[in-house]
Amino acid sequence: MTASSPAEPNAPILLEARDVVKHFPIRTAQGRQQVRAVDGVSLKVRTGETLGLVGESGCGKSTFGRCLVKLIDPTSGSVLFDGEDITHMSRRELRSRRTGFQMIFQDPYASLNPRRRAAATVEEPMRTHGMGTDQEIRARAIHLLQTVGFDESYANRYPHEFSGGQRQRLGIARALALSPRLLIADEPVSALDVSIQAQVLNLLADLQEEQKLTYVFIAHDLAVVHHIADRIGVMYLGELVELGGSTEVYNNPRHPYTEALLSAIPVIDTDTEVRERIVLTGDLPNPIDKPSGCAFSPRCRYAQDICRVEKPLLQIQLDGREVACHFPVATGAK
Amino acid sequence: MWRFAGRRALAAVLVLFAISVMVFLIFFATPGADPAARIAGRNASQETLAQVRASFGFDKPMYMQYGLMMRHLFIDRDLTSFVNRGSQVIPQITQAIPVTLSLVIGAAVIWMVLGIIMGVAATAGRGTAVDPIIMVFGVIGVSLPVYWLGEVVNLITQSRLHDSWFAWVPPLGYAPLSDGVGTWALHLVLPWMTLAVLYAGIYARVLRSEMVGAMNEDYVRMARAKGIGEGRVLIRHALRTSLIVIVSLFGLDFGALIGGAALLTEVVFGLQGVGKLTYDSLQNFDLPVILGCVLYAAFFVVVANFIVDLAYAWLDPRVRHV
Amino acid sequence: MSEPLLEVRNLRVSFRTRTGTVTAVDGISFTVDPGEVVGLVGESGSGKSVSMLTVLRLIDNPNCVIEGEVLFKGNDLLTMSDADLRSIRGREIAMIFQDPMTALTPVYTAGWHISEQIRAHEKVSKKAANDRAIQLLTSVGIPNAESRVNSYPHEFSGGMRQRVVIAMALSCNPSLLIADEPTTALDVTIQAQILELLRDLQSEFGASIVLITHDMGVVSQMANRVMVMYGGRLVEAGSRLDVMREPAHPYTWGLMGSIPPTDGTRAVRLAAIPGAPISPSDSDRDRCLFAPRCTFATDSCRPQPGLIEHRPGHSDACIIPFSERAQRRTEALAPMRART
Ligand SMILES: Nc1ncnc2c1ncn2[C@@H]1O[C@H](COP(=O)(O)OP(=O)(O)OP(=O)(O)O)[C@@H](O)[C@H]1O
Ligand SMILES: Nc1ncnc2c1ncn2[C@@H]1O[C@H](COP(=O)(O)OP(=O)(O)OP(=O)(O)O)[C@@H](O)[C@H]1O
Ligand SMILES: [Mg+2]
Ligand SMILES: [Mg+2]
Repeated sequence: MTASSPAEPNAPILLEARDVVKHFPIRTAQGRQQVRAVDGVSLKVRTGETLGLVGESGCGKSTFGRCLVKLIDPTSGSVLFDGEDITHMSRRELRSRRTGFQMIFQDPYASLNPRRRAAATVEEPMRTHGMGTDQEIRARAIHLLQTVGFDESYANRYPHEFSGGQRQRLGIARALALSPRLLIADEPVSALDVSIQAQVLNLLADLQEEQKLTYVFIAHDLAVVHHIADRIGVMYLGELVELGGSTEVYNNPRHPYTEALLSAIPVIDTDTEVRERIVLTGDLPNPIDKPSGCAFSPRCRYAQDICRVEKPLLQIQLDGREVACHFPVATGAK
Repeated sequence: MWRFAGRRALAAVLVLFAISVMVFLIFFATPGADPAARIAGRNASQETLAQVRASFGFDKPMYMQYGLMMRHLFIDRDLTSFVNRGSQVIPQITQAIPVTLSLVIGAAVIWMVLGIIMGVAATAGRGTAVDPIIMVFGVIGVSLPVYWLGEVVNLITQSRLHDSWFAWVPPLGYAPLSDGVGTWALHLVLPWMTLAVLYAGIYARVLRSEMVGAMNEDYVRMARAKGIGEGRVLIRHALRTSLIVIVSLFGLDFGALIGGAALLTEVVFGLQGVGKLTYDSLQNFDLPVILGCVLYAAFFVVVANFIVDLAYAWLDPRVRHV
Repeated sequence: MSEPLLEVRNLRVSFRTRTGTVTAVDGISFTVDPGEVVGLVGESGSGKSVSMLTVLRLIDNPNCVIEGEVLFKGNDLLTMSDADLRSIRGREIAMIFQDPMTALTPVYTAGWHISEQIRAHEKVSKKAANDRAIQLLTSVGIPNAESRVNSYPHEFSGGMRQRVVIAMALSCNPSLLIADEPTTALDVTIQAQILELLRDLQSEFGASIVLITHDMGVVSQMANRVMVMYGGRLVEAGSRLDVMREPAHPYTWGLMGSIPPTDGTRAVRLAAIPGAPISPSDSDRDRCLFAPRCTFATDSCRPQPGLIEHRPGHSDACIIPFSERAQRRTEALAPMRART
């Protein structure tokens, strides 16, 4: 069973990332070095599909998300939206495409203008893109605020007068304002309690069904990603290490990192269920000084000599899963 | 940081070059009138015109003309004014520049110090009477016209009370630093104050609104939660982040003032600065002087902005890489 | 029983706004014992953050009205002098804020932030403080801490910033740590590591922790006691096992029923509590605030039911007779579970 309507397998590809790389220069005691935040990620997202992205904190998910909507320029590689290369587009060309893709930011407060009231925050993108008269815009803003659970008494409040989860919902309302076709949602529900989280996830699913929206959904809560996504991509140190159907990845991880990640999900009632938790040891992943060979090898319990020398490529396995590992975990070995 | 400074310096040089080219095009290459006639001024004789043509090479190709102009300005420094019967232009400018620099830098120090103190005090006194009182002073400062304030100051210090309270005030005009720092400062202290009042008012208001915004930020709350004193929260956190805005404002104002916007103050206090010089030359259509003033002023404006850029990068780590 | 470390009595926080009074916290009372971990859960906007900010008097809003008492080791924090309060802030009570992205002053490095905190309370040299900062950053799992200590906030990812804030809070070994969603921006492996660190703080230094979180898994791994908030009030409080296994209040039932399944099955739609959250500007407050969304609501939900201890250590604010709770709970949870 799937939550949202599964994307038709032959739906057109809406978003394609081709070998996207983003390096940040930083100064360190050893002089100038590069943070290899995103290190060659390629993937395709079909119209109407939800792609979940998970991975260690700092592995480059947000940076990749920003590259996808061209909020930052990738160091190399390109992003195709609807078949058009947006990475090398001029500002003017891009502006007309902007309404097509929106981003919900991880940092709800930092992305809100502190001097703008809630309703104005939601209206602002509609105004810049001239989407109707003042009244229409206002009405739509109020409607959007209601969809994310605010009554009208919230419309005139400033961001600092909202709670953490309320700010997050405000960010969602703003992203929806332009009726985008693609939504990059960076941790959109992390600050919400489970009940409102459920409402928001249901809302996203409804919108997807009605408007054939496409989502790239970045989150740490694996149960949430499993629920909302059709496919899950797992990132580690700026690379995609596993990509496959949501249920398959969740129930049957093939990359050792995915396996460790899933085993660390806190279980609700610790006294009734004990499952083996794989504790990751070894060097902490460092995007400045990446290990040779497989990036995960220093912490991998299955690592062998070849892993430290030769970098495994993302390869399609027999079951259709894409895994970047020399020794993928066997199917059904959970 | 060094790379950043290097890149900025390079950019500054390019800007200067671009300005000089533009000025050149405006003065010499606009089609229509004969540039020689414009340079020679009104009612110039035929010999003067011929002389001008030769010295600026108006029969030569454009880039040669540009080179010649630069040469007159910066290498030979022998640009002559024809309106004023052959007086040298560059010495006039190099005399005016220290006057303006003294005036503006002194005033800038005063208004920055005053503006920051007022802004911080108003922020600290939010919710008490201190804040509105300071802000009212700010508004008064902003709304007093410089020429009027200057005239009033002059009236009081030079005539009405000159024999009693203000006996120490020297006559109007400028005394160079070589006469001693004391004399120099004494001559400038009233012009400084007059010019600074306006800007101190503006800066205090801008800073207050920035800082009050910053006081609502999470990082200020975090700083308080650490148990550090309110003064430190105010200065090291709220003021430090708000300074970024002040500095960019400063870059604009400072550059404009050096470039001649201090004219009114210069006129009122009888200071022969760049503003006054430009103004006089405009009145006489004294093109060579205008030319010199524009380029020298541009030079200082660009240098001031370069320094502000560095200060900006030092204040805000986020701009260092971009 | 030893004297509680923190005792909050009838705390009420409201804001005057353009559109009327907003009651963010509506009379809550609770205690935190030494060495105890209290989990605080509840609806988004139910006043969790505001109530904890009030404990440290961190709400700096002239339109905010605070009533009640907050006793820390017997002294009322709300009436204490600023100087006394300062020596408690950061050293005795440390706080981790909810939004890690904005909790760091953008113009200073991670090391500067941590050193500032250490040097505010201890006389140590800059060098020593910096060394401790590096050590702390390593312990919260920042790779390459020696060079990352000089990075600015914008150069860190969301989770890394959160860890910097956590390192800062732990730097003076506080006796009470208020952690407002400390792990939301972290992936589960780092989350496990941070939770381990918090447990160390508790076991080695006997610190108490108030842990605000939305993640029931985290609550059940960490908390000794759980408190549930709705609409600015405590609606249920009890030991972790009591609340997780036999939740007593209908709101808690709804909350439990909304948790996305972790067992590998996939719901068509997630169950959610129907209706919209109560608005804190709602002035009709002398009633159970959950009643408009509650399937079991009756006329007796008005006036406001008090928090009653039905069995030792487990209290809730609901009028349903305690004997009927188990049955009602099954009724409430059945349709929610059925959808999976
Ligand atoms: N402007 C920057 N300058 C230098 N390094 C940066 C910059 N922005 C991000 N990084 C680094 O890039 C890496 C990836 O960051 P990113 O924000 O994409 O991580 P993330 O996967 O979103 O993590 P999280 O889940 O914690 O939000 C991190 O190591 C971070 O420190
Ligand atoms: N300065 C303010 N002015 C007006 N209302 C405010 C202000 N600060 C908070 N509120 C309101 O008080 C209520 C409680 O906010 P609080 O931040 O405590 O919620 P929370 O329980 O922490 O929620 P979340 O889980 O979403 O962070 C919210 O409804 C919020 O809108
Ligand atoms: Mg991120
Ligand atoms: Mg909160």
